Parts: sequence; C-alpha cells; structure tokens
Amino acid sequence: MIPLSAYVAVSAVLFITGLLGVLIRRNFIIVLMAVEIMLNAANINLVAFSHYLESMAGQLVALFIIAIAAGEAAVGLAIIIVVFRGKISTNVDEMNLLKW
Amino acid sequence: MSDLTDLLIKLIPIFPLLAVISNGLLGGRYSHDVAHRLAWGSVGLSFLCTIGVFTDILRTGAAHEVIAYQWIFGGDLTINLAYLVDPLTCVMLLVVTGVGFLIHVYSVGYMHGEAGFTRFFTYMNLFMVAMLLLVMGNNYVVLFIGWEGVGLCSYLLIGYYYEKVSAAKAATKAFVVNRIGDAGFLLAIFLVFVNFKTLDYTKVFAQVGQLSPEMATAIALCLLVGAIGKSAQLPLYTWLPDAMEGPTPVSALIHAATMVTAGVYMIVRNHAIFDLSPTAMGIVGMIGGCTALFAATIGLVQTDIKRVLAYSTVSQLGYMFLGCGIGAYTAAIFHLMTHSFFKALLFLSAGSVIHALSGEQDIRKMGGLSKKIPWTYRLFLIGTIAIAGLPPFAGFWSKDEIMAHAFTHHHYLLYGMAAIGALLTSFYMFRLTYLTFYGSSRMDHHTKEHVHESPMVMVGPLMALGLLSLVGGLILGFPPEHGWLHKFLGPVAGIAGEHEAGAGLVFLLMGAATAIALVGWGLAHVLYSVRPATADGWAAKFSGAYTTLLNKYYVDELYDFLFVEPIKRWGELLDWFDRTVVDGMVRGVGQLADWGSAGSTWFEKHAIYAGLNVIGYGNHLAAREGRKMQSGMVQHYAAIIVAGLFLLALVVQIVIQM
Repeated sequence: MIPLSAYVAVSAVLFITGLLGVLIRRNFIIVLMAVEIMLNAANINLVAFSHYLESMAGQLVALFIIAIAAGEAAVGLAIIIVVFRGKISTNVDEMNLLKW
Repeated sequence: MSDLTDLLIKLIPIFPLLAVISNGLLGGRYSHDVAHRLAWGSVGLSFLCTIGVFTDILRTGAAHEVIAYQWIFGGDLTINLAYLVDPLTCVMLLVVTGVGFLIHVYSVGYMHGEAGFTRFFTYMNLFMVAMLLLVMGNNYVVLFIGWEGVGLCSYLLIGYYYEKVSAAKAATKAFVVNRIGDAGFLLAIFLVFVNFKTLDYTKVFAQVGQLSPEMATAIALCLLVGAIGKSAQLPLYTWLPDAMEGPTPVSALIHAATMVTAGVYMIVRNHAIFDLSPTAMGIVGMIGGCTALFAATIGLVQTDIKRVLAYSTVSQLGYMFLGCGIGAYTAAIFHLMTHSFFKALLFLSAGSVIHALSGEQDIRKMGGLSKKIPWTYRLFLIGTIAIAGLPPFAGFWSKDEIMAHAFTHHHYLLYGMAAIGALLTSFYMFRLTYLTFYGSSRMDHHTKEHVHESPMVMVGPLMALGLLSLVGGLILGFPPEHGWLHKFLGPVAGIAGEHEAGAGLVFLLMGAATAIALVGWGLAHVLYSVRPATADGWAAKFSGAYTTLLNKYYVDELYDFLFVEPIKRWGELLDWFDRTVVDGMVRGVGQLADWGSAGSTWFEKHAIYAGLNVIGYGNHLAAREGRKMQSGMVQHYAAIIVAGLFLLALVVQIVIQM
C-alpha cells in the first residue's frame, strides 16, 4: 500500500518542476508544456485524495481538468502560432508589448 | 377742545415736513407749479393750525405739553419729541408761520424761472420744520435739533447759488461761525443736565432755585454764547452780512424775521436762569447795546441795499438783547415781532427793487425809482418809517419800550447807546430810501428800460407786511407796557418790573424817541436830497473814519489775522505732520508688510514649494521605479504571483499557529 504522502510528494515534485519550467524557460512551447505538468501534478493530488477520502468528486474534477487542459493547449498553441507569425520567434522575453 | 388743540399742535410741523419729503424726493417729477403750491400751502396749513391753537390758548391761558413721540429713555435721561405750547411759543409760532407763509408766497414770484426752484422750496420748508421744532420743543434737545436744523438750512440757502464762489464761502462762514455759538449752547445743555438731571423746561425751571449763583452764571453765559452765534451779536456777527449772498426771500425769512431771532427766543425762554445771574444779565445788555450801536455805524456807509439791511438787522437784534439784558423780556419779544414784520417787509421790498433792476444791488446805481415802482416804494417807505421809530408805526412802540425800560431802570449807559443807535438807524434807513427811490436815476440805459413793478404775487405779501408794520405795534403793544401782548405774555415772560417813573417821564421819553428819529430823517434829507454834495464832502473830510466804516472796522480782516490765518497755518502744520509723520508711519507699516510678504514669498518659494516638490518628486520617483515592475514579461508576473502565493501561505500558516 503506497501511502498518501508519496502521492503528495510526487505531485509536489511535479508541480515544482512545472513551476520552475514556467518561470525559467524562455521557449514559449516549453512554458506551455510546463503548465501542463503543473496541471497534471494537481490531477495526481486530486486522484490521490479522492481515493484516500473514498469520494469520487476528486476524480471527476481531475477528468474535467484533463479536458480543460486539452482546450488550453489548443488555444495556447494557436496563440503561439499567431505570435510567431509576427515575431518569427518563440522567445517569451520578446513578448512584452503589454507593459506600460 | 383740548384734545383738538393737542392734535393741531402735533400737526403744525408735519405739513411742511410732508412738503419737504414730497418736493425733496419727487420734486423733479412734477412741475414747478405743483412744487410751490405744496410749499406755501403746507406753511399756510401750519399757520391755520397755529391760529386754532392760539385761539384756544388765548381763551384758556393754559400751556399745552404734548408728547409726539417717546424718543430716548434710559437711566436718568428721558428725552421726548415733545412740544410745549405756551403764550411765548404761540407768539413765535404766529410770527414763524405767518411771516413765513407771506415770504413763501412772495418767493413764488421772486424765484420764478430760477434754476433749482424746487430745491429752493424744499430747503425753505425744511427750514420751517426746524424752526417750528425750535420754538415748540419742550426740552433743550428738541430746541437744539431745531437750532442745528435752521443752521443747516441757513447754510444750504445762503449757498443756494453754489456755483458762485462768494456764496459758497459765505455759506461756509455762516456755518463755521455758528458752530462756535453752538459749542457754547451744547455746554449749557450739559450743565443743565448735570445740575437738574432733566432737560425738560418745566422741570428745570421748577427747581431753578437750587442753582448756586456761580452755576447760574455759567449756564447763562454758555447759553448766551449760543444766542450770540445764532443771533449775530458782537463778536460773532460777521456771518450775517455775508449771508446776504442767498436769495432775498431767504434773507427776509431766515436772516431777518425768524432764525436770527432764535437767540432772543432762547434767552427769553430761559429767563428764569438769567434772572438768577445779574452778571450774565449785565453782559447780555452790554453786548446788545454795543451791537446795536456798532452795527448801526457800519450801516451808515454801506452801498449794497441788502447789506445795509443786514447791518440794520444785527443792530435791531442788539436792541432785543439789550431788552433781555435789562429784564424787559416782553419788550424784547414785542420788538422781535414788530422787527419781523418791518424787516421782512424791507427785505422783500428790497428784493422787489432788485427784481425790478434785473439783479442790481448797489444803491449807487439806483435812484429815482419812486415813480417807476410806486407800490414797492410806498411799502419800503412804510418799512423805513417803522424801523426808524416814528409813531404810530410798529417799530416805534417796541423800540421805545425797550429804551424807556432802560431809562426808568437806571441803565443810562445802555439808554444812551440805544438812543444814538436809534439816531443812526433813522439816518441810514432814510439814506437808503433817498438813494434808492429819490433823486436822479443813476442806472445804466439797459437796466432802466427793463424797470418794472413786481407781479401781484410779490406785492400782495408786501402789502400784508406793510399793514402789519403800520398797525402791528398799536394792536400788540398799546398802551405801552400794558398792551395786549404784555397781558398775553405776562405769565411766561414775567411782567415788566414796576417803576416809579410817572406818565410824564414816559411821554417825555416817547417824545425824545420821536425827536431822535426825526433828526435822523432830517439829516438824511439834507445830505441825500437837499445838498447831495455835502455827503461826499463829509466822506472826504473824515476819510479815515469813512474808510474804517466802509471796511466794517476791519473786523473781518482782524478775525482773518487772529483766527482764520493761524488756524489755516496750524492746519498746514497738521497737514505737513500728517503727510510726513503719520503718512510716514503708515507707509512704514506698509513697507513692513511689503517686506513681510516678500519674506513669506521667499519662504513659500523655497520652503513650501520645496516640500511640495519633495513629495511630488518622491511620487515621481516611486512611479518611475514602480512602473518597472510592469515589465510586460509573463514570467515576471508569474514569479510575482508565486511569490505572493508563498507569502499568503506563510501568513495563513502564522495565523493558524497563533
């Protein structure tokens, strides 16, 4: 029987990995992937607690998140393509037009 | 009946007041005809009311005290706008409204076509209001209000032709000289209040016995100063001759018949105080006698028809003061009445002459007018005879009574002065008549062609006054000392003291007075009709005396030198002091404020602005640096969100642990 803490630890490691990816990596696509990792870290957490608490609600929310993540990836990629057409670059640092 | 009388008394001053308000405020909106009708109509109504009051008092003999309005009350002081109408007031009211009415009517003709016609009548009516308050007041304050009011109207009417410099100066002179007298009068009022704690005549005179002789003398002398100023006695008479700059009806009404007699009225009204002080009485008599003589000598040589009459007025007022000074109060009031008749007559006739000659006032440029303006001539002659004192004309009875009283009460010096004054009066008045109406004409051709008799509206009042001058003395004061007026005034003015002189002496004195008047007439007749050259010869022979008289004893020059110039120089000194020292201080203060404001400007610029700048610059810096947070870089935002998340978690952790 794998204890709950192991799941939570894996989830935390995954989340930190994703977070660092979002904060550190410059490539827009990699940032998008890091966001997906963070979402999945959340999913693991949800499913683990669902099992632990013997409630199906967590697993349901996880399913919703998977669906939304698919949509998010689609929209995100579409934005990246549009931006890339203008900038010929996927460097996040160059995407700074929304400042003062 | 008594209520009706009280009502009539209240109404007397109201009619002219209403006319003043109407003419003064709305006079410009309606025609001159309406204005003058309001003016003389209102005075006429007052006269009718006066007659009503008079008949009542004549029947009952009781004085009426009417409170028209409660005015000032507090502590010891109660002053009402209240009237006291006793026989003395009644006599004054009859003179003021009666003669005033005639002069108002006359003015309609005289002032016809003058600029400021309505203004003239407004001032005249205002004068009537003030004069009525003066004679009707039951206390010193109302008397003083009237006193100042008539002074003001005198000023306004002397300066009626205000664009004329001499008129404006004469008005100022009259006002300023009167102020000197008024100061004395005010002091007297203060003294009365301090001593009696009241200002009502009846209460004051009821307890007048408590006065110490010194205090009585002080009050009497202060009152006398006021009377001297108003009635143009020595040494404050100089304003009256100059006052002739006003229109002639003004001279007749204010400067002959009514206002200038206010001093006499005031002394008679206060005779209870004067009686206590033989010193003050002596001074009153002396001033009267000196003025009567002094002014008469100046009148001898004056060449302006109105100025001769003005000096004659001063002289006649001197007789009234003389009468007051020897205790002949009834005689003084008697002379006041007859004088107001014949002097108003003389002034108005002179006005008629001036009117006929298109404004000429110099008797050297008249002559031979008796045929051309016969009515004016006849009436002027009546006035002349009346003032000269030939029986049975009005002036004879009153003047003779004063002189007889002086003689029988052993004031021989005063009698002598009055007798010489009477001689001079007779002389200069007949001189005036001869030069104006007899001999050959000395007018220039242009004036001569325009000579015309005055219209009926002017001659009518003259006739009424002529009649009064003719028979007024007989009706009022015959037989001497026991006439109607004496009985009427007896309760108020005191009955003339009994004297041991027999009827023989009285007739002798009357004869002497008549002889004196005749001698004056004869002298004038010789000098100005029979042998006109003699007058010039005498003038040349006594040129020193003649020039002195012509220049009025240089009194004006003396006053200029003694008072006016030093005061002017003192004024200049004060002006200099004001300009340099006071203004210097003011400017210094201004300079200080200037410097202060400069300092505060500097402070504001350098300290306050700096402070504000620091704040502004701080904000600026904060904004400049702060905006850098908004880099537009997604990862920065994400990092901040994460940092915030951690911070939040930390706070929650701490809160839970607590």
